[in-house]
Amino acid sequence: MVTALAATNHVAMADLKGKVEPDWCPGCGDFGVLAAVQKALVELQIPNHNVVTISGIGCSSNFPGFINTYGIHTLHGRALAVATGVKLANHDLTVLVTGGDGDGFGIGGNHFVHNMRRNVDLLYIVMDNQIYGLTTGQTSPTSRLGMKTKSMPFGNIEAPVNPISLALAAGATFVARGFSAEQKHLTDLIKQGIQHKGFSFLDVFSPCVTYNHDNTYQWFRPRVKKLEDDSGYDPADWMAAMGKSLLWGDEIPIGKFFERTDVPTLHGAEPVLDAGPLAHADMPIPGDVTRAFIEELR
Amino acid sequence: MKQTFAIGIGGAAGQGVATPGDIFAKIFSRRGLHLNAYNAYQSIIRGGHTFLTIRTGPEKITNMGDRVDLLIPLNQGAMDRHLRLLTAGAACLYNSDTIKPGVAAEGVQLCPLPVSKLADITRNKVAQNTLALGAALSMMGVGFQALEEGLAEQFKKKGEAVVSENIGIARVGYEYATANFRPFTWPIPMTGNRYAVLSGNTAMAMGGAAAGVKFYCAYPMSPSTGVLHWMAAHARKAGIMVRQVEDEIGVVNMAIGAAHAGVRSMCATSGGGFALMSEGLGLSAMMETPVVVIDCQRAGPSTGVPTKTEQGDLWQMLGAAFGDYPRALVAPLDIGDCFKVIPEIFNIVDRFQCPGIVLCDLLLSEGRLSVDPQVLDFAPVIDRGELITNASSASGANGDGIYKRYKITESGVSPRAIPGIPGHTHTAASDEHDEYGVLISDEFTNPTKRRAMMEKRMRKVAGIEAAVPPPVLWGPRDADVTLIGWGSTKGVIEEACEILTEQGISANQLQIRWLVPLHGEAILDILNHAQHTFIVENNYSGQFARYLRSETSFVPDGYIRKYDGEPFMPHHIVEAVKEQLSGKTKLSVPAHEILV
Repeated sequence: MVTALAATNHVAMADLKGKVEPDWCPGCGDFGVLAAVQKALVELQIPNHNVVTISGIGCSSNFPGFINTYGIHTLHGRALAVATGVKLANHDLTVLVTGGDGDGFGIGGNHFVHNMRRNVDLLYIVMDNQIYGLTTGQTSPTSRLGMKTKSMPFGNIEAPVNPISLALAAGATFVARGFSAEQKHLTDLIKQGIQHKGFSFLDVFSPCVTYNHDNTYQWFRPRVKKLEDDSGYDPADWMAAMGKSLLWGDEIPIGKFFERTDVPTLHGAEPVLDAGPLAHADMPIPGDVTRAFIEELR
Repeated sequence: MKQTFAIGIGGAAGQGVATPGDIFAKIFSRRGLHLNAYNAYQSIIRGGHTFLTIRTGPEKITNMGDRVDLLIPLNQGAMDRHLRLLTAGAACLYNSDTIKPGVAAEGVQLCPLPVSKLADITRNKVAQNTLALGAALSMMGVGFQALEEGLAEQFKKKGEAVVSENIGIARVGYEYATANFRPFTWPIPMTGNRYAVLSGNTAMAMGGAAAGVKFYCAYPMSPSTGVLHWMAAHARKAGIMVRQVEDEIGVVNMAIGAAHAGVRSMCATSGGGFALMSEGLGLSAMMETPVVVIDCQRAGPSTGVPTKTEQGDLWQMLGAAFGDYPRALVAPLDIGDCFKVIPEIFNIVDRFQCPGIVLCDLLLSEGRLSVDPQVLDFAPVIDRGELITNASSASGANGDGIYKRYKITESGVSPRAIPGIPGHTHTAASDEHDEYGVLISDEFTNPTKRRAMMEKRMRKVAGIEAAVPPPVLWGPRDADVTLIGWGSTKGVIEEACEILTEQGISANQLQIRWLVPLHGEAILDILNHAQHTFIVENNYSGQFARYLRSETSFVPDGYIRKYDGEPFMPHHIVEAVKEQLSGKTKLSVPAHEILV
């Protein structure tokens, strides 16, 4: 949800600069994602105090510290659970969730699936580098078959998860994939994801220059093909999106796979929130209501 | 000894033990009587054996008691298991078509009901229950009208025909008993009071509503699920967002998210779910976001005995989440206290921005008690502490103009801004951070800052201790015996003290409600003056005894423990005290005589 902008406050890039500089490795894909998020918030003119950026644990989950919004740096895998609580307590806030593939698809897999089916209104950006970086290079849920890492030195024998197919199957109402080296395209996807009313899932190829020597910028560049360049592609067609999600090889689609706007958001489906965000609600319950609660017991 | 009357109804799950129980409870409470109900049951939906005890009387009834005055076995198994509990003056009402009585003790009245002669059992499958209800009330000296009203209310939703059929059957039972059975010597009295009857789970849920909880979430787990059920059923009237979540890890983190956004937020579970929440408690402590978690203990370890009571989670609560952090831990003393404790602990966690745990157990969660409606105060004091909810309220405005969420203060409490307020953006982190919320691992793991932040958070411990009252001794200070308990054993220990005193052994009671902070010095002041001290608790290893010793070095004269899944009965404690006073043992483990 996009919060209405006070006419006098112009949001500039400088407003969104975090208290500290990012400490990612030089060349890390996450720099591109951070810049694209900041650009998207400026282009949408969303004041930083109405944004909450929520992450789990991992290199990419250090994100909230590098952007000047409200932020929560939660536990490993738990960002979506915390974010759902934030959104339900105050649905006027724009909620961004940022994290990595291990955080989201591994330890946080249960929350990933269930919050998509709930259609919680937030944008979930996964900086997917197909490796565990902060723990210095182990196999992740998206590491390719055969990939050699410190935890699987003889090669990965487990098939990777397909985040796009999984999101489609779980009922996400906005599913997209970006590439951190495609700034303009990525910024546009982030803007669309923020504006979408419901669960927006954005998987971003964000290469790890230190630990993943398979899925590098050079590896991705010739392979990524924008769905937006295919005039015949209809992101309203779920079956077509599922088909595209299975493409992996010489051609890897990026862009908006799927969007539907006819599903109510979780907060929109709950009449308790009709009177406005709970964070601003009166605490005492009216006396006639509480008297009725007690009368039931007699 | 106070006058009480207890009914035991036994049968298979699905045979309709609950309905007569509910009707008895309603009739007693409307006569202005107190009551306590406890249902011993198993983790199956149909079959097995359940045994419901309802004890009533004009004075407060704090536990299930020692005696069954009226037994209603709904099948042969219930007859075989429980007839031996009855002593002189008691009676047993049973369906003589299907159940053969065993040998009863002298003075026990066996009351056979020829069910197929009295009712058309092809039409009404639970005719035996309704006949027994009618017969029982006749023998108790309760007018039929009360039962007529009770049945009408119970079957209202099923239509007029069902109501009148049941009233008809009940009347036959009532009249049959009047003609054929001897009434009880103590007719059930009536007073002008009118109590509310509720379970501990309902009480805690209502206490949450009273405290201003706006977000409640849970994963179903016995015996805590009743909290979810009340919350879900009343959410829209009370303005509470209630969610069922995929697992307890999601539960605690979602609750923390809601709390961080500014609402009072609560969740409940049992030991297994609490284990999953453990890391989340540390998050609440580190982010300094207040959240209240209820743990309804059941018999462990692991899946354990899911429908049985125990006080076996204490050390899990004390050790939950790694690292040192401030927390509040309270064990409600009875079902009325289950209500009162929730607004209290919310004020503590809001003021000190830390997690709070309510340590309940199955006995209170699923037991039912008559409570004076005055206890259910929906306008308690609400203190949200140093919470910044709009830009103009006293903020953490600092010299440099940047809000310090984790400002170092003398109290350890830093003013907390909720998201959405201009000028207060910050990140709350599970990583150690500085006053601004910046991760210290993002610059260098600064030992000076780390120490300062640890000390800031831990300074809140002293504040919490000052905000929570120390325990007090109940009964004569110079008594022969001091019984020490915590949480739900309050009622049964109280009655044990009364019985001991009547038998010439004066007894007093120290019941611990706040476990963290414990107020060890105040406890020592009391116990150092005691004659013979015994710690009574519902677990194997003496978890509270070990905790008290670790905090105060206090060692009692003896221990009374029970870990068979069933609660203490007063005579268990009385006999254990006598056994220990005679020097036979220092550890008594009473056997539970009721076969459930």
